[in-house]
Amino acid sequence: MTLRLEAGQARTGIVIVAIVVIGAVTAPWLLPWDPATQDLPNRLQGPTGQHWFGLDELGRDILARVLLGARISLLVGVVVVGVSSILGMAIGGVSGYYGGRIDQWIGRLMDVLMAFPGMLLAIALVAVLGPSLVNVVLALTVIGWVGYARLVRGQVLRAREFEYVTAARALGAGTPRILIKHVLPSALPPLLVQATLGMAGAILSEAALSFLGLGVQPPTPSWGSMINGGRVHLLDAPHLTIFPGVLLAIVVLGFNFLGDGLRDAIDPRRK
Amino acid sequence: MFRYFIRRVFLAAPVLLGVATLVFSLIHLVPGDPAQAMLGEGSAPQDVDELRKSLGLDQPLLTQYVRFLRHALTGDLGVSFRTGQPVTTMILERVPATAELAMAAMFVAIVIAIPLGVVAAVWRGTAVDYAAMTFALAGVSIPNFWLGPLLAIVFAVELGWLPVSGRGSLANLVLPAFSLGLALAAILARMTRASLLDELNELYVRAARARGVSRTASIGSHALRNSMVPLLTIIALQFGAVLTGAVITETIFAWPGIGRLLIQSIGFRDYPMVQGCILLIAVTYVTVNLVTDLMYGVLDPRIRFE
Repeated sequence: MTLRLEAGQARTGIVIVAIVVIGAVTAPWLLPWDPATQDLPNRLQGPTGQHWFGLDELGRDILARVLLGARISLLVGVVVVGVSSILGMAIGGVSGYYGGRIDQWIGRLMDVLMAFPGMLLAIALVAVLGPSLVNVVLALTVIGWVGYARLVRGQVLRAREFEYVTAARALGAGTPRILIKHVLPSALPPLLVQATLGMAGAILSEAALSFLGLGVQPPTPSWGSMINGGRVHLLDAPHLTIFPGVLLAIVVLGFNFLGDGLRDAIDPRRK
Repeated sequence: MFRYFIRRVFLAAPVLLGVATLVFSLIHLVPGDPAQAMLGEGSAPQDVDELRKSLGLDQPLLTQYVRFLRHALTGDLGVSFRTGQPVTTMILERVPATAELAMAAMFVAIVIAIPLGVVAAVWRGTAVDYAAMTFALAGVSIPNFWLGPLLAIVFAVELGWLPVSGRGSLANLVLPAFSLGLALAAILARMTRASLLDELNELYVRAARARGVSRTASIGSHALRNSMVPLLTIIALQFGAVLTGAVITETIFAWPGIGRLLIQSIGFRDYPMVQGCILLIAVTYVTVNLVTDLMYGVLDPRIRFE
């Protein structure tokens, strides 16, 4: 039996991402519950017909908070990926196109940043700058641009040898025009894949930092801080941990599905 | 071969210097006065002055930098603000715990990933492949800070099979190792599949089959062996993810390693300790990558001559 895995995956990814985006955007109008309203007498209440995901340790509606958390996660993802990819394109483009000393220095900087595994540098930066949403975005961007820059640099190195680029140069086009009009567009498809997978990475990293108490600060809900807050109630009220975790995993899976599907579409040999 | 070794080691030196420079500058990124931040808002000015002096923050920046590098080279990373003990001693006490956890997680990952990746590659495009790769993608997507507590609830609290936290016996290691290793298993399974698929398309595998070598032997003894070379790099690169993941896993399972020390030190604003932990993890990562590069050169002679 042969399955068209990649097409199915990409479609599933789009559907998941679309549902979460719509849910996050429309939550304040859809839900009768305010994420900050407390119902202390019914604190830790499990899922009911009224509160589908139950209530947390302060009697706040978990569904409302999870959807508000989705807004934070998506916002972090979009800003981190957007800024990182623009920075990465600019730096990687310049590095690859000009080569020489500029390339060497940028290469060394990237090597140093890549020497910090995963989000260790982000943890370090947030630890010294102080826990906040802005600092999380800043820290994730500092480590995030490198991947895009490496990718774009590689693509530019390849594209700069193409005949149409030589032709543009011969016709008198300036370097910025050649880079923006002729070289960078060839890097866009793999960049799109990386950005989609980067959304998953940024959302996971933000949640991890918030879980460690280094990210979004209470009372603003974040999936990571909700999972951490629910840990002490795992025995008596597991729904506090389960719902934000399930949603986080589903959203990350959605972006991973989408990124994988796009990658397979761009490079069919990987199927 | 010797020249290749020397060149690779030489290339790692500026990276290590860059890492040390970045770690040094961390304390200077603290908004305001780091000494004041460590002691808190209401602290006496003379206490702040004293701490500033003991951290060397009253010296010119260049002097501080040179002193940091010189001390770091001799293994002196300063004194913990919280305990007064040398940072290096405290970190070294935690190394065995983190090493044990990282190794166990890698073991779990390899044991799960390689069979899964092989099965997916051999039965490519079938339901088996679909199931294995969906599992792999789900494994990448499930955060270990969510999986860890859930595993603890099921296997430690509900079933009572394993201890929920601490270190000491093999039973203590199981839950943290699985929690940390599962995401890595997912990534490795995908890589194993991709790497093996590349090899299965090679002519030497077809030649082996044409010579009458069985399908199992052509995969096991020929294709799989060659596909292991790129996997070695992936495993080494993922070692970094394991080290970062250990920060979270150690916090969840109260595992007395460097990751937990790092998070505790952040809470106490013990910046010398934070710098020490970050430096040690980054240097370990660079070293593991360097050793992998060297091993890669031994395994694949083409690399040495590039």
